[in-house]
Amino acid sequence: MKTTTRRQALRTSAAAMASLLSFGLTPAWAQKTAYPGVTDNEIRIGNTAPYSGPGSAYSTIAKVEAAYFRMVNDNGGVNGRKINFISYDDALSPPKTVEQTRKLVESDEVLAMFNTIGTAANLAAQKYLNAKQVPQLLVGGGATHLVDAKKYPWTLGWQPTYYSEAVIYAKHILANHPNARIAVISQNDDFGKDYLGGLKDGLGDKAKSMIVSEATYEPSDPTVDSQVLKLKASGADVLVNITTPKFASQVIKKVAEIGWKPTHFLINISVSVGAVMKPAGIENSQGILSTAYLMESTDARWKDHPDMKAWSAFMDKYLPGANKADSMNVYGYVTAQALVQILKQCGDDLSRANVMKQAASLNKVAFKLMLPGIFANTTAADLYPIQQLQMMRLKGEQWELFGPIISSGAGQ
Amino acid sequence: MTTNLLSLRVASQHLLAPVGIVLASMALPAIANGFVLFQATQVMVFAVAILGLNLLVGFSGQLSLGHGAFFAIGAYVAAILMGQYDVPYWLALPAAGVVAFVFGLLFGLPALRLEGVYLALATFSLAIATPQILKLSVLTPLTGGSPGIAVSKPQAPLGLPLTDDQWLYYIALCVTGAQYLLARNLVSSRSGLAMLAVKEDPVAAKAMGVNLSVYKTLAFGTSAAFNGIAGALSAMAVQYISPDSFTFYLSASILVGLVVGGVGWLPGAFFGALFVLLVPNLAEGLSKGLSGAVYGAILIALIFFLPSGASTFRSASLLRTRRKP
Amino acid sequence: MELFVQQLVAGLSTGTIYACIALAVVMIYQAIGHVNFAQGEMAMLSTFVAWQLMQLGVPYWLAFVLTVVLSFGMGLLIERTLMRRLRHAPPLSQVAVFIGLLLMLNSAAGYAWNFTVKPFPTPFGTGPFLGASWISQHQAGMLASTLAILAALVVFFRFTRVGLSMRGATSHPVSARLLGIRVQALEGLGWGLASAIGAVAGMLIAPIVFLEPNMMAGTLIYGFAGAVLGGLGSPAGAVLGGLLVGVLENMAGTFIPVIGGELKLTLALVTIVLVLVIRPQGLLGRKLVHRV
Repeated sequence: MKTTTRRQALRTSAAAMASLLSFGLTPAWAQKTAYPGVTDNEIRIGNTAPYSGPGSAYSTIAKVEAAYFRMVNDNGGVNGRKINFISYDDALSPPKTVEQTRKLVESDEVLAMFNTIGTAANLAAQKYLNAKQVPQLLVGGGATHLVDAKKYPWTLGWQPTYYSEAVIYAKHILANHPNARIAVISQNDDFGKDYLGGLKDGLGDKAKSMIVSEATYEPSDPTVDSQVLKLKASGADVLVNITTPKFASQVIKKVAEIGWKPTHFLINISVSVGAVMKPAGIENSQGILSTAYLMESTDARWKDHPDMKAWSAFMDKYLPGANKADSMNVYGYVTAQALVQILKQCGDDLSRANVMKQAASLNKVAFKLMLPGIFANTTAADLYPIQQLQMMRLKGEQWELFGPIISSGAGQ
Repeated sequence: MTTNLLSLRVASQHLLAPVGIVLASMALPAIANGFVLFQATQVMVFAVAILGLNLLVGFSGQLSLGHGAFFAIGAYVAAILMGQYDVPYWLALPAAGVVAFVFGLLFGLPALRLEGVYLALATFSLAIATPQILKLSVLTPLTGGSPGIAVSKPQAPLGLPLTDDQWLYYIALCVTGAQYLLARNLVSSRSGLAMLAVKEDPVAAKAMGVNLSVYKTLAFGTSAAFNGIAGALSAMAVQYISPDSFTFYLSASILVGLVVGGVGWLPGAFFGALFVLLVPNLAEGLSKGLSGAVYGAILIALIFFLPSGASTFRSASLLRTRRKP
Repeated sequence: MELFVQQLVAGLSTGTIYACIALAVVMIYQAIGHVNFAQGEMAMLSTFVAWQLMQLGVPYWLAFVLTVVLSFGMGLLIERTLMRRLRHAPPLSQVAVFIGLLLMLNSAAGYAWNFTVKPFPTPFGTGPFLGASWISQHQAGMLASTLAILAALVVFFRFTRVGLSMRGATSHPVSARLLGIRVQALEGLGWGLASAIGAVAGMLIAPIVFLEPNMMAGTLIYGFAGAVLGGLGSPAGAVLGGLLVGVLENMAGTFIPVIGGELKLTLALVTIVLVLVIRPQGLLGRKLVHRV
């Protein structure tokens, strides 16, 4: 009986030790290489994306990037090395993002983090990655303050910032509707405020007089009907719609329902015809203005373009069954090209420092499926690769590009 | 004489496991890398939070689906004090606990009138409303709004050759140990017994003169304080907080951890914390998109087949020890 | 003045959404004396089922009826398999199961149908109602349907044997059993009905908020607030409460400067806490006295 209890105690201790060991205590016997995340045969790249939870629609981006790297590997890889793309779920929850990022850097020992999705996710991991001097490449978010070459030298931006997009709308209004009365609806958080700031700064002194009504909403609100009513009551004739896809749809629908016909600007993350216009009603969405920097896969103009055909073939081979009308499949394809470009430029010096140096040396590179005339350009002082947009208007079921390529500048 | 030796032996068998675990925990930084220590710290953070909820549910019989709110309060207090007012971390931690305690009392007062399903409803609403309250623009100068606040990790005092991760791990270890002992004492103290009486039979307890209101409110405050401290530790470990770090999922996780560990059994908090931190990762390994469903299914299965959680094993071993002559 | 009236009406129509959910909540509460936190997710799942049926070519009204029947079955199934075993479990265990259910349903729906919003058709037409620009035909139809369900429930609970038995079974299960009332079967019925009402609520709400796995997440708490405000035991109270919450939140959003729009969830929270503390039976419920 005495032995039973002792055995019991030992068993409990053993169980406790086992659970501690389950953390993966055994030190990673990584190959002794010159650079972390790199061997003679492979380059390890880390990524977090929301595969579960409310943002999980965005996981499409990570999936198409993974497929692109598979294609690159099938064609010999980058300078003889295959890309090992390791992506974990963070459900867009900041503490989870930090945990997964640390896992990628410390357990999986990746060379760099790539296109983590979500402004909040990138913000969460930013301090850690910069402190550890791990490149945070091509961040998947347009918030202006994410990128700051002085404060965060290891963080590389990617898409045009929200601020700069709104500046372009402001300039368009000043040029084409100088006496406009503007109403704005925006999401009440960082993302909405970034756009709002750009709009106001773009209008300059005229902001106070031109903006006659502002309304905000929370992502947890069931509808935005009340806000739309308030905006119409102000007598505005221009509407700037700073909302995420679901709410953009609601706004478009309500605006039509109450018989209001303003000049309608819509931010470019909500321009998906299938996800936004169709639920709201295509006939209600005619004439809406927005901007773009990538080709739309549904745009008839690009149907016979060699790059678009190549993309279509890629999708058929590596992601059969995926929704080709989903613009995220284009976004991921282009972003993946950017990473491959940076890695190529590194040659055999795949140290993190050199990766960052090459990231800051993109010299007017035009990736496939970027709009003609738009390119990626970085310098050590300016880590925003894309700063150009073109305006477009919805006609029928398609977005029609018009006007020149406009340079936006990056941020405040 | 022989009985003393026997009881000494019993005591030492009893202590072998916990002492062994404590010693192993202290030695962990020697063999584990920063990431593992980070995860271990997270486990301890959750254990403290679950301990707090256990005090409320297991020992005073109240319910709460919204303890994530107090976790958030603690995290923000620590982050604001350390970030904006340069308060050192060893002051910020207890401050977080105190502020959370006060809020716990404030919520505990109206909670007195609520029971069972009503209390569940009220605390559920608290959990859902928390992120939005944290985003209120009037509070933004303090809270930083949606972009959140970046938090610095405490650094080891001069001379000690410890990395930030290791130092924080030891801090967490000390705090967790202290909280555990505090909880233990509270439970076996007079107040603790009074609270148990309140839980078992509130009417009888009242008839016997136990001041229900005081004890129930104090229980709420204390459990809130535990969660506040856990939140502060978490802020230092993750080094970043934002309103979206404190959604309903957090409150649900603390509750799940409590159920898994076993209501009313203090050591269960560690098992619950391990579950809450490791199982979602396991579920992700099984199926990236369905991790929530796997997690929920495991939870329901546990409630059915193991309703007392990890504490079922505890009674078994206790029984066996008692059977000795 | 015109803005005030418009916001009032807008509040009433949002409030109808909450009233629908509140009715389902009250139904469950009447049946089992518990609040089902997974109510919203069950309604969402039912709506997806309806959507899927329509994608397969089933016409709207047939899909509607099928969905209601299937949802009834789902509620019954949940009661039989899960809740029955938990009858004597502590409230914490029951709550934990509801939470588990919530997580499972949300995750499964997201996995099966992804998170892109989908339009959901309405049988009432989409134009403005009688020409008025501030209420659409669908919103008017929704209000009428809610009132119809309410009327049916009132009749059920007051004038039918089954309904009366159900009320008796919840408040005094032991006495009810002695009277020969099959308490267990009635609980199953209650779950089924609540589930069916939830399905109808979902199908009425989806045309406005668009169908996606998180569509109920935002509205559930307002539904709870409405149910509590009106009185957890009163279907009429649920509708009244839901409408009031909708109007209150709209007015706050429009007329309280600066933070009005940000206070919605806080308002719901405060409403729930205040009502439960000051007048737990709500506006129309009956006061419960606990005999010691």
